[in-house]
Amino acid sequence: MRAVRFSVVVATTLAAATAPSVRALGPGEIRRGYEIAARQADPGFAGLSAERGARLFRAAPAGDWSCATCHGDDPTGPGRHARTGRAISPLSPTANAQRFADPAKVEKWFKRNCQDVLGRVCTAQEKGDVLAWLLSLK
Amino acid sequence: MSRRPPWRASALSAAVVWALAAAGPAAGDRAYREPSDPEWRAECGGCHVAYPPRFLSRSDWQSVMDALARHFGADASLDAATATRITAFLVANAGRERSGTGARNRSGGSGATGGLAGTVVETPRITTTAWFRHEHDEVGAAAWRAAAVTSPANCGACHPGAERGQFAEQDVRVPGPTGRRP
Repeated sequence: MRAVRFSVVVATTLAAATAPSVRALGPGEIRRGYEIAARQADPGFAGLSAERGARLFRAAPAGDWSCATCHGDDPTGPGRHARTGRAISPLSPTANAQRFADPAKVEKWFKRNCQDVLGRVCTAQEKGDVLAWLLSLK
Repeated sequence: MSRRPPWRASALSAAVVWALAAAGPAAGDRAYREPSDPEWRAECGGCHVAYPPRFLSRSDWQSVMDALARHFGADASLDAATATRITAFLVANAGRERSGTGARNRSGGSGATGGLAGTVVETPRITTTAWFRHEHDEVGAAAWRAAAVTSPANCGACHPGAERGQFAEQDVRVPGPTGRRP
């Protein structure tokens, strides 16, 4: 699957939504950016799936860590770092307005944590699926 | 009443500063002003307490920062510009080179808090330095295993001021096995 540079997609999304005043990106725009990137990578892409996102979030393909290991099975609540014991604030933007507010930060953490859990970077579709699921949580 | 000459006061505070600096990591006194940096705090403090630069030597920090993509079994990679700035802060405020750190330290990294299975741990580890072991030699195995502790990396479990760089012995609160604070 071809990786599409997220920054390019974000720039495209921003340009498409050009407003007279600059405004901060929110989780909705970041989700949309991943959706566009996923479509560019795969013309047969049929849309993001919260259900796929939930499965990926709980999968531990290497047999040790999943996303839920540190972020908790319910990411609207707090998590705890499995190795260091550090408290982690809720991941879902529906519970924590600080989350998915900065595309560079989102990309930094997806890169790290996908390497930790999957041993590779995630595709735009995978990232979009997880975010779609997080946004569906109440 | 005669006032103390100003030079005496400044000489005294210089001596105090020197004494604290010479005491190294053991000096948790509040008079010591911990160096801080917003980027260091945000990035290093994401997964654990942002460990004070004085906890490792310059060469050890360099090794840590050179291997962030394989950081104790996790990917902690940073963009090059941010990594360079944080390295400069760590190196500028590092502790002195000590026995028990550096290359000799790196062979001791396969303990309970080691990396993922099969990971070769070569990153310098604060908890295997001679000074860390010495400072914690009276801490029993049960305390390390307490649910509230999880890992020796979790300084804040027993040092309530860890986030502010305060590790003074009189502030230590070791949680019991049930997580209850005695």
